[in-house]
Amino acid sequence: MARTLAEKIIARAAGQDAVTPGDIVTCAVDLAMMHDSGGPRRVAPILESLQAKVWDAGKIVVASDHYVPAVDAESAAILDLTRKWVADNGIPNFYDMQGICHVVVPEHGHLLPGMFVVGGDSHSPTGGAFGCFMFGVGATEMAGVLVTGETWIKVPETILVRWGGRLGRGLSAKDIMLFLCHRLGMGGAEYRVVQYAGDAVEGLPMAERMTLCNMAAELGAQTGIIAPDAVTADHIRTNGGDPGDVASWQGDADATFHAVHDFDAGTLAPQVAAPHSPANAAAVGDYENVAVNQAYIGACTGAKAVDLCMAAAVLKGNRVAAGVRLLVAPASTRTTAEAAADGTLATLTEAGAILMPSGCGACAGYGAGVLAENEACIASTARNFKGRMGAPSADVYLASPYTVAASAIRGRISDPRDFLEGRAP
Amino acid sequence: MSVATGRAWVFGDDIDTDVLAPGIYMKGPIEKMTPHCLEAVDPEFAAGVEAGDVVVAGRNFGMGSSREQAVLVLRHLGVAAVVARSFAGLFFRNALNLGLPALACAEAGRIGASHRVAVDAEAGDIQNLTTGGRYACEGIPEHLMEMVRDGGLVPHMAKRLGARSSRG
Repeated sequence: MARTLAEKIIARAAGQDAVTPGDIVTCAVDLAMMHDSGGPRRVAPILESLQAKVWDAGKIVVASDHYVPAVDAESAAILDLTRKWVADNGIPNFYDMQGICHVVVPEHGHLLPGMFVVGGDSHSPTGGAFGCFMFGVGATEMAGVLVTGETWIKVPETILVRWGGRLGRGLSAKDIMLFLCHRLGMGGAEYRVVQYAGDAVEGLPMAERMTLCNMAAELGAQTGIIAPDAVTADHIRTNGGDPGDVASWQGDADATFHAVHDFDAGTLAPQVAAPHSPANAAAVGDYENVAVNQAYIGACTGAKAVDLCMAAAVLKGNRVAAGVRLLVAPASTRTTAEAAADGTLATLTEAGAILMPSGCGACAGYGAGVLAENEACIASTARNFKGRMGAPSADVYLASPYTVAASAIRGRISDPRDFLEGRAP
Repeated sequence: MSVATGRAWVFGDDIDTDVLAPGIYMKGPIEKMTPHCLEAVDPEFAAGVEAGDVVVAGRNFGMGSSREQAVLVLRHLGVAAVVARSFAGLFFRNALNLGLPALACAEAGRIGASHRVAVDAEAGDIQNLTTGGRYACEGIPEHLMEMVRDGGLVPHMAKRLGARSSRG
């Protein structure tokens, strides 16, 4: 019987020839990823109470990204505990304040096609861009994985989302995902796998594919996934990994999907999601002229190197509006280095951007850059739930880095294409 | 698991983990977070909820983050069960792992604010003591029932590890 890519990975991890949607199986975990918030500080007491040790230190990767850099005694203690736990347990792969886990882990070649991976963060579906079956778990479940090296999964059906054509100028993966949040609804995927395909997806670089898979979380999917190809393999090799034979990790052509959706990337307009849900997305024109106090380029879905380049393309030769603050928190220290080397950072700071540390930052209200009562912000992040980025009365609009940058220039939500027309790409 | 009887606190669709467990309180102990649980959508909830009460909601309850504090904060407030039309996958797994019954019920919308309800998580049965209504729910998946009976994943693993070491 024909199988989807997700079914093939789960079958391999479960040690079975094949699995069928609805089966409940126990899978061996190839890699477990944790961060400072849901990681050691939460799993260490559980392991201690069980008098248990980690099953395989080499299959655990830890990144401190939520409370970085420490701003008070509490956050400093969390980072300190994380460092000590990593040392005590002999975890070889630890990225301390190097950036957001979803970006840093693949930067170091840890994610390979066909892997079954759990992450202690809801945006763990990001790893699906590498042809992994990767999903988020809570701290208690992570503790269980750390002890046993396995977890259970009810084999999900797959929804195929195909984007034909090609994204226009000033459009990005974020626009695709905000559109899908509106079209399919929050929770619309109902624990299924969302697999992205089509010419527009195949034409995207890995960083953009990561944004597609990351925000499968917003659709209520178990995870997102993209079949690995030459782009995937090249990216993994560049980052020191061995992609193996990507041809062996493909779904069957005649596999059964729960649903197939077809969209045309060529007709998509820049999207903006109004407070307080990504599902409140509409074409930017619907929200044009909403005034903003803050523009934020940050987070796992909005501050990778390509995202900073999008912002720079709009900001080049322009200035952030008076009374508006543009905060830029590159997703990783490597992102910062790349953007410094190619001049992107200079373009941003010359326009008036304020550079922030690499980490989860203001996205979830953990780091610097949170909002005051009744302020409005436009952000390249993935979520705009009430109170998430600071005061409950603050309004957060979601958009691509292009649109965030354009809005920073005018101080009002604006169509980035106005700034890109007539410019060399 | 005994039958929980308490007052219903009713919420809508898409209740997210940021309103359950606001990020700004994630650093500190759970006691500092509990007064702020759900305050962005119901400022009366945290102060008014009593041990044994039941949270009732619409679709996709617990969407968003993997943070278990979204479950812990409800348990800390004494919430005996959550009944919703549907749950976000991560919240559902977290709830059962931490011993909080999470029951998907197509008729959750029939339960009104302050109705008294009796929730039998093991049987997947809800009685509305105010209206006399009775609603079937999906209950707890068979493969997780033993874990939930043990009180969650940690006591369940302690039992398994203990059994293993006493055998060994």
